[in-house]
Amino acid sequence: MAAIAVFLVVEAVPALRVNKGDFFSEVIWDPNGTQTFGIAALAFGTVISSLLALVMALPVAVGVALFISHYAPRRLAGLLGYVIDLLAAVPSVVYGLWGVVFLVPFITGPWKFLNEYLGWIPLFAGDSVAGRSVLTASVILAVMILPIIAAISREVFLQVPRSHEEAALALGATRWEMIRMAVLPFGRPGVISAAMLGLGRAMGETIAVALVLPATFGISFQILTAQGNSIAANIANGFGEATPIGRGALIASGLVLFAITLVVNIAARLVIARRKEFSGAAA
Amino acid sequence: MAKQITVSGLDAYYGSHKAIEDVSMTIEPASITAFIGPSGCGKSTFLRTLNRMHEVIPGARVQGKVMLDGQDLYAGDIEPVSVRRMIGMVFQRPNPFPTMSIYENVAAGLRLNGRQAKSKTDDVVERSLRGANLWNEVKDRLNKPGAGLSGGQQQRLCIARAIAVQPDVLLMDEPCSALDPISTLAIEDLMVELKSEFTIVIVTHNMQQAARVSDRTAFFNLAGQGQPGKVIEMDETSRIFTNPSEKATEDYITGRFG
Ligand SMILES: Nc1ncnc2c1ncn2[C@@H]1O[C@H](COP(=O)(O)OP(=O)(O)O)[C@@H](O)[C@H]1O
Ligand SMILES: [Mg+2]
Repeated sequence: MAAIAVFLVVEAVPALRVNKGDFFSEVIWDPNGTQTFGIAALAFGTVISSLLALVMALPVAVGVALFISHYAPRRLAGLLGYVIDLLAAVPSVVYGLWGVVFLVPFITGPWKFLNEYLGWIPLFAGDSVAGRSVLTASVILAVMILPIIAAISREVFLQVPRSHEEAALALGATRWEMIRMAVLPFGRPGVISAAMLGLGRAMGETIAVALVLPATFGISFQILTAQGNSIAANIANGFGEATPIGRGALIASGLVLFAITLVVNIAARLVIARRKEFSGAAA
Repeated sequence: MAKQITVSGLDAYYGSHKAIEDVSMTIEPASITAFIGPSGCGKSTFLRTLNRMHEVIPGARVQGKVMLDGQDLYAGDIEPVSVRRMIGMVFQRPNPFPTMSIYENVAAGLRLNGRQAKSKTDDVVERSLRGANLWNEVKDRLNKPGAGLSGGQQQRLCIARAIAVQPDVLLMDEPCSALDPISTLAIEDLMVELKSEFTIVIVTHNMQQAARVSDRTAFFNLAGQGQPGKVIEMDETSRIFTNPSEKATEDYITGRFG
């Protein structure tokens, strides 16, 4: 681990030395030509597309997991669990191709609709609404991370001790009240971990994003317009024809991605640890 | 308010396995009724039919009649959820919600009946914890996790949680079997205090316990392996333990089998 980090830092330093822009605030990424590059737009694109993906995927994934663990009849639950596990194992390039081939052409209509009627919300504003937009990338990422979050959440919900569920039922809880009283609180740390795993996957996703986003450089909240990029997609797009400086710059961007992932994971751990004495781990 | 339970001709099944057969009895209000009998003879199963917890197990079903002060608990228009609000339950292993504080555990059932004013909830929580003889031990740490208490305290917390919703009946399935002798005595004292307000039914393996706390005792037994359990005899506790009418009862309480 450490050796890899040292190697990457050593590779990145020369590029950072010749950089004419400020690495953290510069929006432009042109290490090969003008040797001006910064992580700002890429990091922004990574975070916003992944966060949107998580916001879309998490509630659905938790709902699917609950349905499988607590509502579906046993045979259907087994079948659905199997399908979810299978989907979680599908390589991301498949989701990327599905996105480009089916989603991008199809989704322009709905996006135009959103833009027209909800355009007063800054996120949905903008003139050049397009299929190749950040929101489309987020949808693909959401579909991609949904199975993994659902699979782990289902596992966690099945771990809830029967005695806690019966305690809730014996108090006169309906099934949904029992879920809110016993299942969700007990599953919370596991669901958070699953969400972080999903978020990490979304942030690190290269192909699916690279295939969809037009690889522009800029910071914009207009998630329906034809713009956007991400650190991972930018590496995939640029590594092949990069000059030595360009490669160093991309490696530096990779290190930033690593740092963001680390921060997200630490934050998640803190959130879980804050409620540790209430986790049931002691019982 | 303590109510009477009348059971007639009750059978309970797990899938095709009949666990208890043709149980009929009257459980008197504001008293303690004990169920004794060898393991596996259906005491827990029967107890759980009384508040319709039996049916939460997949494939489990019930035939027969259970009346609570004249109300048929298995009538078509009665929700199991509302039965369980009238008939509370304490389990063999203390099972406070680990994700909740002591306070939240006691208030858990109240929340189900809709939001109420904080001050009112505070009152009920205090009254229930006092009722469960736990208030003095926990009043300074109501916001600490319930799972941090000792086993005996956890069980009293579960009793507080059950009585907080003011049920008519309190069912207890071997509530002391996971506890040390001192905690056991504390819970026995508590049961005796609570019986003026609630009809209490307790399953116990401990014959002395049945003799100490209960007013009436039912002896369950099964005819043989794979056969359903039945009530052999039910009577005043003093009579069951001194002068039972059935030979099997006498054999069991004198320790000749079981
Ligand atoms: N969840 C269950 N599924 C299937 N059979 C069960 C279940 N619980 C209990 N039984 C069966 O029902 C019978 C009565 O069990 P139980 O009511 O637990 O007896 P007791 O409480 O008197 O020890 C036993 O034969 C037991 O194997
Ligand atoms: Mg039992």
